[in-house]
Amino acid sequence: MELFQYPYMQRALIAALVIGLAAPALGIYLVQRRLTLIGDGIGHVALTGVGAGLLLNRSPVLVAVIVATIGAIAIELVRARGRTSGDLALALLFYGGIAGGVLLVGLSDATSANLNAYLFGSLTTISSADLTTIAVLGAAILVTMIALRPALFAVSHDEEYARVSGLPVRTLNLLIAVTTAVTVTIAMRAVGVLLISALMVVPVATAQQVTRGFRSTMAAAMALGFFAAGSGVWVAATADTAPGASVVLVAIASFLVVAVAGGVWRALRRRATPTAAPAPEPHEVVLG
Amino acid sequence: MSAPVITVEHGAVGYDGRPVLRDVSLTVTAGEVVAVLGANGSGKSTLIRAVLGLVPLSAGSITLFDRPLRQFRQWQRIGYVPQRLGAGGGVPATVHEVVASGRLARRGLLRPPGRADRAAVDAALSAVGLADRAADPVATLSGGQQQRTLIARALAGQPELLILDEPTAGVDAASQEAFAGALRHFVADGGTVLLVAHELGPLRPVISRAVVVHQAGICHDGAVPDPAGHHAEPDHDHVHPHGPDEPAGLWSN
Repeated sequence: MELFQYPYMQRALIAALVIGLAAPALGIYLVQRRLTLIGDGIGHVALTGVGAGLLLNRSPVLVAVIVATIGAIAIELVRARGRTSGDLALALLFYGGIAGGVLLVGLSDATSANLNAYLFGSLTTISSADLTTIAVLGAAILVTMIALRPALFAVSHDEEYARVSGLPVRTLNLLIAVTTAVTVTIAMRAVGVLLISALMVVPVATAQQVTRGFRSTMAAAMALGFFAAGSGVWVAATADTAPGASVVLVAIASFLVVAVAGGVWRALRRRATPTAAPAPEPHEVVLG
Repeated sequence: MSAPVITVEHGAVGYDGRPVLRDVSLTVTAGEVVAVLGANGSGKSTLIRAVLGLVPLSAGSITLFDRPLRQFRQWQRIGYVPQRLGAGGGVPATVHEVVASGRLARRGLLRPPGRADRAAVDAALSAVGLADRAADPVATLSGGQQQRTLIARALAGQPELLILDEPTAGVDAASQEAFAGALRHFVADGGTVLLVAHELGPLRPVISRAVVVHQAGICHDGAVPDPAGHHAEPDHDHVHPHGPDEPAGLWSN
């Protein structure tokens, strides 16, 4: 535990916890609208921003926020038009993003270690300035996702109904897209662009196996993300493993534990109450 | 004569150049219960989707509560019941959460739900007989109960006009009765209804006027026509698929 006396480890832990809370709070809306892999795609696009930042000697995270936001808005516009070619357009954007990133990093003075830090995360190299950025943006994501929950739930659950309710559907969709881009870029330092989607999606997938409502799923997913981030960093510190990968593996292990435990519990309950058959459904039609 | 609530004048809708509705005119006045009937693919759902602004008109105009659709902003006056609940990505939602989203048109984006919102949601749940299922995930409900959830969501917004897309399609008899009761109550309180139906069933006594859509146009506007042929048989359970080869004139005079 004495490792956590070092400021760099404290920064790593705080950053991981902020991201562990914020990523599932956004991720639940992405899961609900079947966009679980969008975070992955935006991560690819953000890599071009990292490359541009390194090349121009600007903050890679800041440039990545801008590039990822532009990419996210482009993806949302393609999605909203609902064209069948949207799938291909997304593929072009994703692969263009990662190729552009690798190319730009190569042109800059950065080493492959720099690139790795963004591909797989580098929690222990987070500076105080980085931590401030992560904390402020993380808090903004959390407040937005929680305060707008009823409206974002309505839009993610039934977009046409939300439109007929007079909700600003396009604005809310763009808000989710932009928030995804911001989440991706702050999580990039923690788990890397290749593992970001895991933090947004896996806690939600774990929570929804045992919850009954949207609000309880959101709360449980945030708690699970927080737990995975904290224990992942602890595992990394004690076993000297890669922090980002450790956090994601803890999250996936939680998923497996809950899946197995849930299955066993349901089987036991079924055996305990064999007579409690569900009330029969009324007939579809009344026969004359 | 009551004030017109919905006015469609010479409306036309086309998908990819194929006309779905041609020169359709329809007026629904306050207090009416209008059923839009017709075979599958006749354009009846498109008609109400156009009224709601979900499908753009290629010609003609639509007016809601004396306002052109383009400028219409008082969405809290309308309750919309879609054909079915979308499957979504599998995140659970309780019946109460789905019904509560019906208050958003009145509540706005940021105001937290108040006492009036909670009372309206509870009243809507009771109206469709689902008060005891409020905390259950919607995915565990039967098709008919899910449909009643959607009706409760629309009622929770306390609208003046209900627009329903096939509210009784594939719904069990108990849910059809519960729905007919909720609708009678809504109409008795002065509500206006426009609904699309394939067959009316227990709703028939509530309907004040029927509009029959056939081959992209309105071919009947007036009294509810009697079902003909095998549709008139009491045990006709209406589960066969309807294709474009549906015999013409089934609902026409």
